[in-house]
Amino acid sequence: MLERFNIVDRLPRDPDLILTTVDRAVNLARANSLWYLLMGLACCSIELMQTGGPRADIDRFGSLFRATPRQSDLMIVAGTVTLKMASRLRRLYDQMAEPKYVIAMGSCANCGGPFDLSYSVVRGVDKIIPVDVYLPGCPPRPEALTEALMKVQEKIKKERFFVKQEA
Amino acid sequence: MHIKDEFGIILTIKKTSIVPIKPAETLTVLNIYGNIFMFFLAGLLFVFLNMALVRIVAPRRPNREKNKTYECGEEPVGSGWLNFNARFYLIAILFIIFDVEIVLVFPVVARFRDYLLRGEGMIAFVDLFVFAAVLFLGLVYAWKNGYLEWLRGVRKQLRVEGQVLRLKDWLAEQSRLEAKKNA
Repeated sequence: MLERFNIVDRLPRDPDLILTTVDRAVNLARANSLWYLLMGLACCSIELMQTGGPRADIDRFGSLFRATPRQSDLMIVAGTVTLKMASRLRRLYDQMAEPKYVIAMGSCANCGGPFDLSYSVVRGVDKIIPVDVYLPGCPPRPEALTEALMKVQEKIKKERFFVKQEA
Repeated sequence: MHIKDEFGIILTIKKTSIVPIKPAETLTVLNIYGNIFMFFLAGLLFVFLNMALVRIVAPRRPNREKNKTYECGEEPVGSGWLNFNARFYLIAILFIIFDVEIVLVFPVVARFRDYLLRGEGMIAFVDLFVFAAVLFLGLVYAWKNGYLEWLRGVRKQLRVEGQVLRLKDWLAEQSRLEAKKNA
């Protein structure tokens, strides 16, 4: 009976048994449940919807849309950020629970894009909030957004919360 | 019988060791209610252990902006704690009539063909009809008492409750009785 709980002896010969660290387990869970906030600001959001649809199917990465920042881990800024929207966008980012990530989708969110010379457009969402992945394109294809999500997943898997960072 | 696993360790399996577990043996420690109790205990522990785990693992950085009421990014106006009209309660109760009806009728409808093939179609139909009729009576009661109307006058509400609460109504009643006595 007690032999079942002797994990040290069981480990080398039991293929059902694996060891991991809390960091790896937590990162695995975080990376594969990236719920994104619906932040469709302009035409890029059509591509964002397509990515959530059955053809690109972002659901298979455990990623699905949420209509509230309280349940979101990822903000996909899809579209042009106007000066009027900027304060709202910043507030929504502040209301998201940690840890939070941002994908700047499309040229407008990256740098202002074709509206660079406009009087009412923020030249890049990174002026307001920290951005993890910049995704170029006008608009980017759903496949590109899928890869951006995979980049965020890679970034999450490298993070360490419980191990002391080496200075 | 010898099997070599992927680590090169030879495992010996006795043929006699494969014995099917009898169902009676699994119930020796607890009786069937004990199993149910363990099920609930495990369910409770699952919730609280997970919440404790979240306390340990999740980062916690509250700030003024984050603790604000969520208003789709707008600056919230006023408090999020406000009273809802008590009439929503009646609407929710009425919803249960239709909800329960559909939940309980649907399985019978799905198996109705089996009833027909067994020649019990009429029994199933009458059963369902009686069930739906009882629920319909509840709806009729609510309808008669005016619960389906959103806008109801105070007077009608008082009539429904069978009491007169307002002093003005009481005085009017008294003066009416007085006039009747004098006539």
